[in-house]
Amino acid sequence: MATPRHRRVGDSPLVRRSLIGLAVVFTVLLLFMPLALIFVEALSEGWAVYVGNILDEYTLHAIGLTLFVALLTVPLNMVFGVFLAWLVTRFRFPGRKVLITLIDIPFAVSPVVAGLLYLLLYGGNGWVGQWLGQYDIQLMFSWPGIVMVTVFVTCPFVARELIPLMQQQGSEEEEAGVVLGASGWQLFRRITLPNIRWALLYGVILTNARAVGEFGAVSVVSGNIRGETNTLPLHVELLYQDYNAVGAFAASSLLAGIALITLAVKAIVEWRQSRL
Amino acid sequence: MSIEIQGINKFFDRFQALNDINLTIPDGQLTALLGPSGSGKTTLLRIIAGLESAEQGRILFSGRDVTGLHVRDRSVGFVFQHYALFRHMTVAQNVAFGLDVLPRRERPGKPEIRQRVNGLLEMVQLDHLANRYPAQLSGGQKQRIALARAMAMRPEILLLDEPFGALDAKVRKELRRWLRSLHDELHFTSVFVTHDQEEALELSDQVVVMSNGSVEQVDSPLELYARPDSRFVFDFLGQVNVLSGTIGNGIIRQGDAWVKLPRGCDDDDGQLYLRPHEVRLTQQPTREAHLPFRIEAISVIGAEVRIELKPDGWECDELWEVGISHSDFNARKPQRGDRCYAVPEVGHLFCEHLDEPKTLNWH
Amino acid sequence: MATTDLSARPARRLGAPVSKRVLPGFGLSLGISLFFVSLVLLLPISGLVIRAGGMGWEQFWFVISDPRVVASYKVTALAALAASLFNCVFGLLMAWVLVRYDFPGKRLLDAIMDLPFALPTAVAGITLATLFAENGWYGQWLAKIGIEVAYTPLGIVVAMAFTSVPFVVRTVQPVLEELAPEDEEAAVSLGASDWTVFRRILFPVLWPAVVTGGALSFARSLGEYGAVIFIAGNSPYVSEVISLMIFVRLEEYDFPAASAIAAVVMGVSLLLLLFINVWQGRYLKRLHGG
Repeated sequence: MATPRHRRVGDSPLVRRSLIGLAVVFTVLLLFMPLALIFVEALSEGWAVYVGNILDEYTLHAIGLTLFVALLTVPLNMVFGVFLAWLVTRFRFPGRKVLITLIDIPFAVSPVVAGLLYLLLYGGNGWVGQWLGQYDIQLMFSWPGIVMVTVFVTCPFVARELIPLMQQQGSEEEEAGVVLGASGWQLFRRITLPNIRWALLYGVILTNARAVGEFGAVSVVSGNIRGETNTLPLHVELLYQDYNAVGAFAASSLLAGIALITLAVKAIVEWRQSRL
Repeated sequence: MSIEIQGINKFFDRFQALNDINLTIPDGQLTALLGPSGSGKTTLLRIIAGLESAEQGRILFSGRDVTGLHVRDRSVGFVFQHYALFRHMTVAQNVAFGLDVLPRRERPGKPEIRQRVNGLLEMVQLDHLANRYPAQLSGGQKQRIALARAMAMRPEILLLDEPFGALDAKVRKELRRWLRSLHDELHFTSVFVTHDQEEALELSDQVVVMSNGSVEQVDSPLELYARPDSRFVFDFLGQVNVLSGTIGNGIIRQGDAWVKLPRGCDDDDGQLYLRPHEVRLTQQPTREAHLPFRIEAISVIGAEVRIELKPDGWECDELWEVGISHSDFNARKPQRGDRCYAVPEVGHLFCEHLDEPKTLNWH
Repeated sequence: MATTDLSARPARRLGAPVSKRVLPGFGLSLGISLFFVSLVLLLPISGLVIRAGGMGWEQFWFVISDPRVVASYKVTALAALAASLFNCVFGLLMAWVLVRYDFPGKRLLDAIMDLPFALPTAVAGITLATLFAENGWYGQWLAKIGIEVAYTPLGIVVAMAFTSVPFVVRTVQPVLEELAPEDEEAAVSLGASDWTVFRRILFPVLWPAVVTGGALSFARSLGEYGAVIFIAGNSPYVSEVISLMIFVRLEEYDFPAASAIAAVVMGVSLLLLLFINVWQGRYLKRLHGG
């Protein structure tokens, strides 16, 4: 037969090439160009200005605060995520499905609403806030508030990465471990952890990316005090509104760098998992 | 170490998975839990191991009540259906796991662990694979490693869940023989779950037939095959030919078919069950039996020639099957569509008013 | 007798060991999870519910039906709808290309798809605003054909579309990967054209996943704040999104109004979440026959 037979839909060269072409063009326009723009703008006045922008006192403080927040948030959510995933994948109990749905709430709720939730409860007028105020403890408009909303916004990531994987792996290996006499910690350390470590790493990296980059929720509870409660994303906003676009993009380039690392880790994790 | 199971009841929500199980598994024997899927055999095995708990009943090991004992402390060996090898550990690490996690006081030294692992791997004839990972092994090899791992703790009870279920026919047969010889050598008490009646009959000293969460019959393989207690066991243990009819004046009859029953049988509705080897084929009916058939299919593959028969002038749910020797077959050369008659030699009669079947002998 | 009446079920034997679970850690993980979920999620949410519920129906209605707020509902919903429709099409295209074809750079394309999730929204916001500004890389070309994106509702659509790109791609991809080639081959061998096979054989399998992804994208877009505010222009009645409205009320120290609007937004989000969960459960069941 003269015409080449194609097996599956869309395998003909014409369709194939135009679809790939369309996909590449759109992806470049929608995703690659914005990414490139960040670095182009950041460096538009040369390396010296770029380094100067990064080493600016307020920028350095914002970097420090952001890392501090991530350092508190990520381990907390990692521990919670592992326990929750263990709970819902290894045991059946009433309310299990409700729990799995509840954990998705931070994904569904607008970050501004998330910030407001905490402001209402822990702010000067809130129940807990008023009570704490008597002891001169202020959580909102200072770093504890930022940590609290960041924990809220990022708490699903680790659990969401682990649950499908642990469900699919099943508990036979762990049962085999118990029959052979392993204790709870030995079981987790020697059987569960090695099996989930890549997904856990990705969950942690995602948590970190979001913790570092959270804007809406943090901006409600931070008070935007330069040099005090300004995280890096808030600092980007401040610089941009001060018409210091180059400075804003310099700070952004750091965040974009973290995003790129996140994507790289994801690619590596997927590659590792596909080899198993 | 003997195992005693007393009054076990197990529910999954509203579903009763096990219904008042009472059973004794003798010391040093190989016992099969045989039944179709959903019969509760795996649940029972997991309850013996302590991986599942029952709502009611007790489990005793050599007279010691272990019902409240955690799996970890029951020191049984358990081989999982899909092996459950630790995928991130080498074969040697897998086998050593049980020893590695012992509390420091009881744990043997590194060299001794290595020595014991080597010994176990030699026993399962896979010492050359010590540094491989589970993903690099064949199904049969995985099964043996799982066994070696379970034996590392020198358990007196070995429990196996569908040990050969996922293997192909040839490896299956090989491993079966190997497990039997291993058992004869080491004499632990073993219980294995299977849905394959051939496997159960060939491998075990005692077979426990289960259905719908209850024990149907417990017997040696020979007894079980020769004298099944119930229709279920009869059906489950291989091919069976059935004549359903009405008994009157010592004859069971349906349509054109009838068979004279040897001893006095009461008038009733009944079914005559016949194994393929308990039936002869003839050209003419005899005085004892008139069972007309047409030959539907002939299969010459195997030790016997298998002939499928379609009733002629009467009815049954499934075709009858009769085996004849190749020499008989060559002498008579039956053809598809030929008419012939079946003559029972031994049969088993189930009646509505009888609890147990009556074994009948025409010779 | 496979099933028995519930009444036949014996009561748990008194004095039986309490922990009958084989794997360890049930109590510990249940305790930690419940404590965390209550403290981090449920307590703040109930705070909002009580705050909004305590203000009386009339005042509540007055606040949430303010014309400026109503305008922001419309802007947000329409923009989110447009953005998620775009993502349904784009996501389907990307998922198809990434699953069906092999070409150099495919892994890179696959990896970059998640960029919008990894990139902080504020960074996305200033980047898009710069790209589409009058003198920006895209803005200058679009200006020539008379299209204004930055500081218009169209800008909101662009920002929402960008931040929710991955949803449809990542929900459709696994479904496409699982499709057995036999159905298509059968249809093609019967002489059907590619387009017919796609429409009649493939699309019926794919669309539930597209809807799930689209709904996720819509939900995310409804709440989007960081990426939107930089490009939207934020002029009242025209290009204010609902999240911004809450923020504006907060800056006016009008906590009751902010709470009331937030309660509406959260109610809608939770309903969407519920819908997505139920929907996903149903079509997963259909696919896997569970």
